Amino acid sequence: MPRAKLAGLLLFFLGPAVAIYTLFSIYPLVATMALSTYTSDPSGARYFVGLANFETLLGDALWSKPFWNALGNNLIFFAVHMCVQNPIGIALAGLLSLPGLRFKGFYRTVMFLPTMLSVVIVGFSWNLILSPLWGVAAGALKAVGLGSLFAPWLGLESSALVTLSLISVWQFVGIPMMLIYAALLNIPEELIDAARVDGLGHFRIFFHIKLPLVLPTISLVSVLTFVANFNAFDLIYSVKGALAGPNFATDILGTFFYRTFFGNQLQLGNPTMGSAVATVMFFIILVGLCLYLFLVQRRIRRYAF
Amino acid sequence: MRRTFKAAMGAEVAALALLAGLASAQAGSLKIESWRNDDADIWNAKIIPAFNKQYPDIKIEFAPSAPKEYNAALNARLDGGTAGDLITCRPFDASLALYQKHQLDGVDGLKGMDNFSDVAKAAWQTDDGKTTFCVPIASVIAGFIYNKEAFAKVGVSEPKTLEEFHAVLEKLKKDGAYVPLVMGTADQWEAATMGFQNVGPDYWKGEAGRANLIAGKEKLTDPQYVAAFKEIASWAPYLGSGFQAQTYADSQNLFSLGKGAIYAAGSWDISTFRGQAKFAMGAFPPPQPAGTTDCYISDHTDIAMGVNAASKNKEDAKKFLEWLTTPEFATIYANALPGFFPLAKTPVKVDDDVAATMVGWRQTCKSTIRNSYQILSRGTPNLENELWNVSAQVVNGKLTPDAAGKQLQDGLDKWYKPAK
Repeated sequence: MPRAKLAGLLLFFLGPAVAIYTLFSIYPLVATMALSTYTSDPSGARYFVGLANFETLLGDALWSKPFWNALGNNLIFFAVHMCVQNPIGIALAGLLSLPGLRFKGFYRTVMFLPTMLSVVIVGFSWNLILSPLWGVAAGALKAVGLGSLFAPWLGLESSALVTLSLISVWQFVGIPMMLIYAALLNIPEELIDAARVDGLGHFRIFFHIKLPLVLPTISLVSVLTFVANFNAFDLIYSVKGALAGPNFATDILGTFFYRTFFGNQLQLGNPTMGSAVATVMFFIILVGLCLYLFLVQRRIRRYAF
Repeated sequence: MRRTFKAAMGAEVAALALLAGLASAQAGSLKIESWRNDDADIWNAKIIPAFNKQYPDIKIEFAPSAPKEYNAALNARLDGGTAGDLITCRPFDASLALYQKHQLDGVDGLKGMDNFSDVAKAAWQTDDGKTTFCVPIASVIAGFIYNKEAFAKVGVSEPKTLEEFHAVLEKLKKDGAYVPLVMGTADQWEAATMGFQNVGPDYWKGEAGRANLIAGKEKLTDPQYVAAFKEIASWAPYLGSGFQAQTYADSQNLFSLGKGAIYAAGSWDISTFRGQAKFAMGAFPPPQPAGTTDCYISDHTDIAMGVNAASKNKEDAKKFLEWLTTPEFATIYANALPGFFPLAKTPVKVDDDVAATMVGWRQTCKSTIRNSYQILSRGTPNLENELWNVSAQVVNGKLTPDAAGKQLQDGLDKWYKPAK
């Protein structure tokens, strides 16, 4: 193929995607980074200050304390997703892929349904379910004799964050389930049949044959979870507001960024400082992704059948 | 070929129609930015039609955002040049910043501005008081609304002093039929606004204390502020079970369903309760601490309206603002929204009895505004945000009143150095 024609084809097929991606993803990212090196005065005029905003964010206790608090909470948020969402997702996918299971489509739909709900509705519903005033949670626990275990979970510093993480797990568990389910369906029947002929039961087939074969998908799911968790904001904001109470116990990087960039009640928004927070968030996600690519992705072997 | 020509013609006609539509939307039409989405019906059904009786040619659209997103959304729209013509103004710094960025025009030249006292205008003036940039609309008063049936059943009457207040709460608790005091801490701001700022002014003597705090002559670690925290800390045993997870909407429902006896209230709650509650309500001002004689109420200047400096239709916008200064508007507003009290000097008759009671406190008690609003919430950490957090923690029993005062003052000391 002549060079010019190849270039023309490349431009034709990739050009629109590159242009749109540049306009809506790369340009805002670069603009945000640029904005984080400025500061502004009351009249709205901006001055270049280099890395001063980052020094303030990480060096001044006034900023660094909420920042590390938010990062720590984010790690807990992520850990709960990794420890609860993925195993449940794998288990559900394993159950769904069992041969001879009836009403598969129904189960799949029901379990995927919360993922399609608006986060605001999810937050509102769980707020009601867990409400100590009219929630069904207290009554349900009492009915099985565990009434004394009930507490206003969303209002206590000790439990609010984990409760919100579990609500988020409930909502999004459908995504790992579907991805892993699809991977499980891709495993050739011959392999499973061979294992069965060798005398393995469902349980051992799952652990020794199926699970190793879907590991690449699980690691993909993990990295998607990582990116989504460190960008999370909406659920916390809709349930606890921008101040992420009690005493910032549920404050994650997303809410910290929102408060800084857009302000809250009498606090005015500070776009330059907010951009600094956003830039740091971007680098945290970037570093996490790089670690994943170097340590995990390179070692994964994909099986081709 | 002919086909493409036709298509191009069609597109052109559509584009022209769109432009014409835009142009007609500009001439004689105004858009109001507001955070009062609860009031959209009242604006559309009562206020705007009343204005249109005098000015039938000016079309007005009331386009509110959700209260907690209002500041962010408004700032983004103003910066992007897509904001409405009339801007509902939050008090103090949020609006001052808009004026300083030349996004709001001054309104001193408007007819009828002399219908407002200096105190009424103070929340929307430059620090030197020389320029006013929004037309004051309303203030809100804090106090306590109670269920008259609950009081009659338990056999108690309106408490005048804090001692009586606690005796009433104790009796209600013993009776057990009602949640004695309705307030939650999940949203944090109630503890600050309906707790600390509600009972506090009696301790710090209203405006005098507020001025001293701004001048640096008093500190939030002083006994009068710690005492206010002590008072709200003592409410915990009388709040509903699980109050730590009780949201503002939960509190409103709990009280309007008749399950609570006393509601730590802002007067803005009245219209909500009027629509929902089926029992007789009364209101009493913050009960007084022992040894005080003068009473103070939080009579907070809350809502005003200014004109977007980038508006394409300033003439009509100014006509609307001038109409806002008239007694006609004040009367409609006060009675359409009982609990939002007009700031104009001309007296207005309020029909709603609870609202009339609350506005009546202005005759016996001295008015003050929330002490964190002017100047003191300009820096980082933001005093108002901090106040929400520590007040909720004090009620939750996670922070002692002394530690609360210290945390606030330490935060303030980091950036605020008043001339002494």
